[in-house]
Amino acid sequence: MNHNINPVPLSGLYKVRPFFTPGVIILTLIALNGLVFVALRFIFGIGYVTNLSNEYPWGIWIGIDVATGVALAAGGFTTAALGHIMHREEYHSIVRPALLTAMLGYTFVALGVVIDIGRWYYVWHPLIYWNPNSALFEVGICVMIYLTVLYIEFLPIVTERFMGRVNFPKFLKFLNKPVEWLLEKLDKGLSKTMFIFIIAGVVLSTLHQSSLGTLMIIAGEKMHPLWQTPVLPLLFFLSAVSVGFPMVIFESVIASKSFGLKPEEKILKKLGNMVAPILLIYLAFKIGDMFIRETFHYLFELNIHSIMFLIEVIVGVIVPLFMFLSRKAIKSLTITFWASVLVIFGIVINRFNNFIVAYHPPYSFKPYIPSIGEISVTIGFVALLILLYRAFVMFFPIISVQPKNNAQIITANNYEVLNEK
Amino acid sequence: MDRRNFLIKTIGIGAAATLGNTNESVATPINVLSEDRMGVLVDTTVCVGCRNCEWACRNSHNIPTPPLEDYKNRSVFKEFRRPKEYSYTVVNEFSNPQNPLLPIDVKFQCMHCDKPACVSACIVGSIDKLPNGSVVWNSEKCIGCRYCMVACPFQIPAFEYLTPIEPSIRKCDFCIERTKEGKLPACVEICPVEALIYGKRSEIIKIARDKIKRNPQRYIKHIYGEYEVSGTSWIYISSREFDKIGFPKLSNKHAPGVSEAIQHGIFAYFVPPVLFYSMLGTLMWINKRKKELDVEEESNES
Ligand code: SF4
Ligand code: SF4
Repeated sequence: MNHNINPVPLSGLYKVRPFFTPGVIILTLIALNGLVFVALRFIFGIGYVTNLSNEYPWGIWIGIDVATGVALAAGGFTTAALGHIMHREEYHSIVRPALLTAMLGYTFVALGVVIDIGRWYYVWHPLIYWNPNSALFEVGICVMIYLTVLYIEFLPIVTERFMGRVNFPKFLKFLNKPVEWLLEKLDKGLSKTMFIFIIAGVVLSTLHQSSLGTLMIIAGEKMHPLWQTPVLPLLFFLSAVSVGFPMVIFESVIASKSFGLKPEEKILKKLGNMVAPILLIYLAFKIGDMFIRETFHYLFELNIHSIMFLIEVIVGVIVPLFMFLSRKAIKSLTITFWASVLVIFGIVINRFNNFIVAYHPPYSFKPYIPSIGEISVTIGFVALLILLYRAFVMFFPIISVQPKNNAQIITANNYEVLNEK
Repeated sequence: MDRRNFLIKTIGIGAAATLGNTNESVATPINVLSEDRMGVLVDTTVCVGCRNCEWACRNSHNIPTPPLEDYKNRSVFKEFRRPKEYSYTVVNEFSNPQNPLLPIDVKFQCMHCDKPACVSACIVGSIDKLPNGSVVWNSEKCIGCRYCMVACPFQIPAFEYLTPIEPSIRKCDFCIERTKEGKLPACVEICPVEALIYGKRSEIIKIARDKIKRNPQRYIKHIYGEYEVSGTSWIYISSREFDKIGFPKLSNKHAPGVSEAIQHGIFAYFVPPVLFYSMLGTLMWINKRKKELDVEEESNES
């Protein structure tokens, strides 16, 4: 079945290259800097490192780490829907990288929530105290379950990595057999039941991606009318779907570059081909909503809102839409890549606008500008995520390598042997 | 009915209302809109800005406070202040265009909305709307997410940002501990000029209407809080437009309406998610079968 798909741990291929390249060292420093501020937040309180106040209770930790993080991890459920539910086998090679991004992405979303909420040790409270009226409750529950589902979906990759080569050091040797047995059973059970989790993942994602949009509706008049609309959940869902494939394209190209592999041009371009229709639907709803609520006149008041809105829609939706539609996108992966970058940029700006720019408390004494600490933590988390991604693809069979393009191909099974040389 | 009698009668009702049916499930917040809910009518034309209520509020909530005499200092009025963590209520002063010598003093605190956005928003149902009208935050459930602050149209809940462990949401609780014992809210009790009238909400609205009718040149024809965000337990009458004396201009629709409708639409008895799940399952099965059929066909042909 698995014809041209052959995910391998890359460390087999790259055992000569050290893990710590200059880029990795810079990322490590950025991550450490972020962690320092995380520590300060836990010791001295949220107010010590952030510029949050009674006027602006939510800042970039919610707007970017959480809301944007969830949106950018949408590649996980869109590719799962394409690869598994539509059963398009040619896309199977991108399912694993997208799954890894989603898993790491959501893990960091959860971490973002933990550092942002005042009583982080009660983060599990929504499991026992329910408020079904609250959009945040729904987001919280869905994200918790989905994170579990993602870990389960990832398990087969772990069992694949270890099955047949469980090798504990001497005094634990007696564990080898039972663990091997356990892995086998787990693998069998998982492959039989995986479809349950895959469908659940798609349903849960649909639910919380849209409920994330419902979040700000209750803020009512505090939200600038350019963004405040009852169709926010739909807009959030559509934009999350539209950024799913661009995110996969982006990562795939970057990962291939940094590991010196050939990107899977054909598949990526095919993915890009599907983005334009989704973007078009999203744009149609966004503009249709403006007509219905008659908010166009706000665009002519030249201020931060109209400018940010125009950047979001023109640079982040319309320009990439035309790029994806152009015939050049068929020929060159570069166009597809840059169009994807713009879509991602557009979503980041959109979430930032919704949660930060649009928020206007009735009494505001000074505007909210994220502090050094907040920014450090946010980019620190991004750096940490990239480092973990790198470590995961090195250690686990995630990225597929096309056999004919790489003479030195190592399959999952003889990986260990080569590694020992 | 003179004011003393009215008060004594209403304290009884208020105390009775707090004891009403609170034995609802712990899983959801208590959110009741009782006919007998209490309220306070604030007559801003009567308030003299003595700020005794600020002192009484701190005092009754065990918040450290300077002595009462210090509150006579009127220089605080130079800047516009807001209720926050350690001052649940504040009085602000605004100029009076009709009579510059008689500035308008306005006490402000949680409005104890009839349809409170904070109650609807709270992720764990940590805020209750009790039968006596008060909207009260409880410590046990709260996770400190501050969504209640995002939701409140009056920007009332405040948060202890500098407390690393067990930070609280802090706001006026309508003196729930006092009213339970049949006492008046601390601010109402101390007010020397009867600017604050405590009573059943339905009654104080009548009083407010009556005051405006009897003294049309003293008041504008607007009871703030009668209809704003579908009504609040604290209501105000004034000689000057409310947006000029520090009140937000709000519509009569209550904030939780739209978002609750969406929530319940998406989750109507879990039918839509379950339907969606089965739909995807069917799709997956069909697609997989189709592939298998194709393979079968190929092998038959060859
Ligand atoms: S004023 Fe704000 S805090 Fe008070 S009840 Fe209304 S929504 Fe809740
Ligand atoms: S901060 Fe506490 S009271 Fe406010 S919404 Fe979050 S959990 Fe509820």
